[in-house]
Amino acid sequence: MDLLSNLATGFGIALSPYTLMLAVFGCFIGTIIGALPGLGPSNGVAILIPLTFSLGLDATSALVLMTAVYYGAMYGGRISSILLNIPGDEPALMTTLDGYPMAKAGRAGDALIISGFASFTGAFLSTVGLMLLAPLLARIAFQFGPAEYFALYILAFATLGGIASNNQAKAAIASCIGLGIAMIGVDNNSGMPRLTFGNMHLFDGIDFLVAIVGLFAITEVFSFIESHGKNTSIGITLDKLKVPWRDIWNTRWVQLRGSLVGFIAGILPGAGASLGSFLAYMSEKSIAGEKGGFGTGVAKGVAAPEAGNNAAAGGALVPMLTLGVPGSGTTAVLLALLMTLNITPGPTLFTDRPEVVWGLIASLLIANFVLLAMNVPMVKVFVRVLSVPAWVLLPGVTMISFVGIYSLSGSYFDLLLMVAFGVLGWVLRKLDVPTVPIILGILLGGHMEDSLRRAMVLSDGDWTYLFSSKIAIGLWAVAIAGFVAPLFLRKFLKKPQAVSD
Amino acid sequence: MTEFRLKALIAGAIIGLSSSAAMSAECIAPANPGGGWDFTCRQIGKIMHDIGAVDSPIQVTNMAGAGGGLAFTHVVTERNTDADLIVAASSATTTRLAQNAYAGMTADQVRFVGAIGADPGVIVVAANSKYQSLNDLIEDVRANPGQVAFAGGSAVGGFDHIKPLMILQRSGISDVRAIKYIGVDGGADAITQTVGGFTQAMTGDMSEIVGFLKSGDVRALAVLTDERVPGFESIPTAVEQGVDVVAVNWRGLYVPKGVSDDVFNQWAERLQAVADSAEWKEAMAANGLAPFTKVGSNFQNYIDGVVSDIRKLSKEIGVIQ
Repeated sequence: MDLLSNLATGFGIALSPYTLMLAVFGCFIGTIIGALPGLGPSNGVAILIPLTFSLGLDATSALVLMTAVYYGAMYGGRISSILLNIPGDEPALMTTLDGYPMAKAGRAGDALIISGFASFTGAFLSTVGLMLLAPLLARIAFQFGPAEYFALYILAFATLGGIASNNQAKAAIASCIGLGIAMIGVDNNSGMPRLTFGNMHLFDGIDFLVAIVGLFAITEVFSFIESHGKNTSIGITLDKLKVPWRDIWNTRWVQLRGSLVGFIAGILPGAGASLGSFLAYMSEKSIAGEKGGFGTGVAKGVAAPEAGNNAAAGGALVPMLTLGVPGSGTTAVLLALLMTLNITPGPTLFTDRPEVVWGLIASLLIANFVLLAMNVPMVKVFVRVLSVPAWVLLPGVTMISFVGIYSLSGSYFDLLLMVAFGVLGWVLRKLDVPTVPIILGILLGGHMEDSLRRAMVLSDGDWTYLFSSKIAIGLWAVAIAGFVAPLFLRKFLKKPQAVSD
Repeated sequence: MTEFRLKALIAGAIIGLSSSAAMSAECIAPANPGGGWDFTCRQIGKIMHDIGAVDSPIQVTNMAGAGGGLAFTHVVTERNTDADLIVAASSATTTRLAQNAYAGMTADQVRFVGAIGADPGVIVVAANSKYQSLNDLIEDVRANPGQVAFAGGSAVGGFDHIKPLMILQRSGISDVRAIKYIGVDGGADAITQTVGGFTQAMTGDMSEIVGFLKSGDVRALAVLTDERVPGFESIPTAVEQGVDVVAVNWRGLYVPKGVSDDVFNQWAERLQAVADSAEWKEAMAANGLAPFTKVGSNFQNYIDGVVSDIRKLSKEIGVIQ
């Protein structure tokens, strides 16, 4: 009954009118930040941190506001993915795959509402998970050494081939480009710069946000200019808005599975929300098979990644609060906020500062309901932000892209790089090479390499170390199955099958 | 027109927020949010405003890149006379300057204002480790150099890597290059690797282990200070275990070289005021920082000494030529 009394304390703090107001305000701002291409949860939270100081907020209120912004941004990211084919933030990348085709087919409203519900399921279940399992789950991180992480990333890349399924070879080329870009920067293990050409701006590698905004937003602008506004994704309108109860009910298992996968991915430090939505999408895609029609605009294709990435957001709070290890970029920013407020996250936070932890959990639960209300009945408000005429929106997208990227490091070099990525994206679009694998290569390539290098240092270069634990072997088995199975199953999958859709 | 108004409102709010802050002084944290430099900027900036040393809140800018090198170059080449600029610095700054990792930049191209706290270096092992004292660990390394791996939050050749090497070298182990070290993403991650049994010991700062000490996951073998750290009296120093190594990660600031002496002294006074404040003492206690106040013009001499020490050691262990 400890849990209930703790939760009661938490709600006592979170339900004060002032805290509640902060939560609602944070959700609203967060959703807008998430919806705007380029501004994601991590820079959104970073921009707003000074606000908590100038408002003179105490620790709990500051945390409530910032986590509301965080959750809001995770919800909001899907809006521009669906309407513009530009991910509002990196975890919303996978939502473009089915969300945008749905919008093109005139089902933008359905896509938004289904994904809104899926976001709620994911975020709600992961908050419950955080509450029940946080102290327990913190121990999982101790089971993951370099070999296990490497196997986890292999798993992600093994299933990558099927992502842009028109042409496996082009998808493979794209992921190699991504991995190549991930090599740029100072090598962590030897301290030697690689592929930097002596340019200091490249010593830390290329920030994936620069690549994302370049490849999506700037490429979109170029395509728009080229076609004088014809056939561009920008400017999809949304007329009717009805709740597609059938689709929501039909995707219930997808949402539950996606939440579970996302939550686990979120807990693993360094894996984060992008991997969560990716794994959720890929596992649902393989469960549905080719008949599932993933990638053509199906309800399951928007429900899975949204449940996954929002669950991962909750999951990422687990290692952040219990170990002080941020599970994602945004939790790293939140960690900074906590440290500034003189709260040291770590194994003793739950016992030392219960009012902070339980106040936070209670307000996350409240924020979820607020967000569900904002993102389902009121989604039109946010859509209006994005459905202004193209001649207003495009300069707006360009401006926000530039401001967002400049705010990352304050260097104009990143802006040049972003434009270069825009050109690259435009060329690749002409060649019909998908850009999603490039982003995932940049996002995960560095971590994968670091894990392998650490494993090799620890084992004196003995490669069998990579298969030295049950967890690692299990991950390898799933990875190999995920890579090989589609090759053999393809001909069977074309035949009629009993899978209900 | 509502959408226009809404958009204008947001844009206005964001621009208003950043431009009003841009009028005040700026603190550059040469790393992403979440690390030590970010903590220095945010904490010192907040306290300076709280105690009235500055009129408006100090704006924190994160300028990650090249381990602080990007910010250092930026300050030297573009902001050399900016009187409203302070930059967070620590032992990592001097380590990299010593190893020539800032593309030829040197410590005398900026003015170090002072340090107002230090994160003592620590060597910790998992609670169930067979090592009970620093000497147990040293003897095991002497017997099987390849069997003991250290994890730390800095890259290879960084301050966390150098700490165990200094200890082992002072203990008479000559081939320190055989010692395994993996650099992970921060001290907490290094601890999870050590508690998980993937590495045998963790090298880091006191602030990184406080929570894990309380929860009983780790045991600290040694703290690398002259005296035991207040609040952590049960942890023996390396010195008292017969290994003469002192390594602290000080937290401080530098300002551009081109500012006037008046501006320099003004920042030094403000920094001293922070050091003397109750808020800072509270923040230090909460974050495992030990008192370490060296503010003003003689701090530069300390920096020069540290830089030459680390340069000598880095050459001996082969990190630089």
